[in-house]
Amino acid sequence: MEDREQFDRLVLPHLRAAFNLARWLLRSREDAEDVTQEALLRAFRFFSGFHGSDARAWLLQIVRNTCYTWMEKNRPMDSAVEFDESLHLSPLPGPEVQAMAGSDRERLTKALEQLTPRSREVIVLRELEGCSYKEIASITAMPIGTVMSTLARARERLQQLLCGPGTKEAAQ
Amino acid sequence: MTCDDSPLFLHAYLDGELDAPRAAEFGRHLEGCSTCAHALQALESVRSSIRGAQLREPLPAGFEKRIRRKLDEASSPAPVSLQGFQSWRWLAAAAVLLLIAGASWKFAQKTHGRTEVSVTEADAAASELVDAHIRALQPGHLTDVTSTDQHTVKPWFDGKIAFAPPVSDFAAQDFPLVGGRLDVFQGRTVAALVYGRRKHFVSVFIWPDATQDVEQYVGAMNGYQWISWKQNGLRFCAVADTSRDDLVALKNLLSS
Repeated sequence: MEDREQFDRLVLPHLRAAFNLARWLLRSREDAEDVTQEALLRAFRFFSGFHGSDARAWLLQIVRNTCYTWMEKNRPMDSAVEFDESLHLSPLPGPEVQAMAGSDRERLTKALEQLTPRSREVIVLRELEGCSYKEIASITAMPIGTVMSTLARARERLQQLLCGPGTKEAAQ
Repeated sequence: MTCDDSPLFLHAYLDGELDAPRAAEFGRHLEGCSTCAHALQALESVRSSIRGAQLREPLPAGFEKRIRRKLDEASSPAPVSLQGFQSWRWLAAAAVLLLIAGASWKFAQKTHGRTEVSVTEADAAASELVDAHIRALQPGHLTDVTSTDQHTVKPWFDGKIAFAPPVSDFAAQDFPLVGGRLDVFQGRTVAALVYGRRKHFVSVFIWPDATQDVEQYVGAMNGYQWISWKQNGLRFCAVADTSRDDLVALKNLLSS
């Protein structure tokens, strides 16, 4: 089937990016497997409607939507709390979290997972996937200005989580 | 262009999102502004620890293979046999009832909307129903998935229809899921879920509805009750020869 060949050629190479985004949005590898699979099947179903040039952004957009739908359904409490957080920055974690021992990787993982999903996704897209602002805007359906301010806020928050509130000048 | 203009310039500079002239301008600003220089350093240090920590999640073993297999299944939707399912006739009957109910709903909607249904339109709908009726009654014609497991039924719809019908088992509420099937109604493919209800069957037809119509419709026809409602852009129509209350209860379960 011609569609299938095209799909394999254009979309499947971005499977890891898809899984990576789902893993960070859902904070779970197991859930990310299910949701990525669902998103890929959905993408395949809608593939005839894809006429753009950026298959990665197109796929990640579907992955992202599938993740949010999944969270609304399976973790309604979670997403309600996180929705609030995105409006009001949650209080800084206690010293026990900041002093948490562990490798860089663990520390960073914990810090990233404490961000709101909206903040986490822009960091993941920018720093792990190397997406441009424009690509992030199309994946998240946000205006570029919002992408920039979300990214700035997310970085500020990440710095606070990693180093304590001592390096705030970055956001000034 | 300085940090006073917008704190976001710093991030755009870090991300290489400024055009060349602006980047050069901001670079000159950095030389004279220690606040920005420090902030940039801090941002770069966080960035390099993120990149150094290799946080990009590797694919689970065999994951791509699994996805490819699922795509294979979706590319060639093989008819699912009704092996071991003795009551396919129930499904056929339910499907037909559903089609009739769906048409009634359409008629009700038309009347509701003050437009009289023209004879031609009614004729066309009726003939479509007759066709569907004949098709559905042919033994072996149905290609259904029969399972009480929502995790079997839901994926079965994947790749067959361009929307995702909500599939849940309500066995605990005495509406056990029996299975699902596809049907064609008014020229479009619709999903149908079949639920059991004390030796009766309830069919729930689901299809995308882009109209502004969010009304709920109920009706009865030849001893069969039906109720139609809209939720999340999908039109639902449940039909059964049980009581109206049963249908409302199932509707509430599906809407929750």
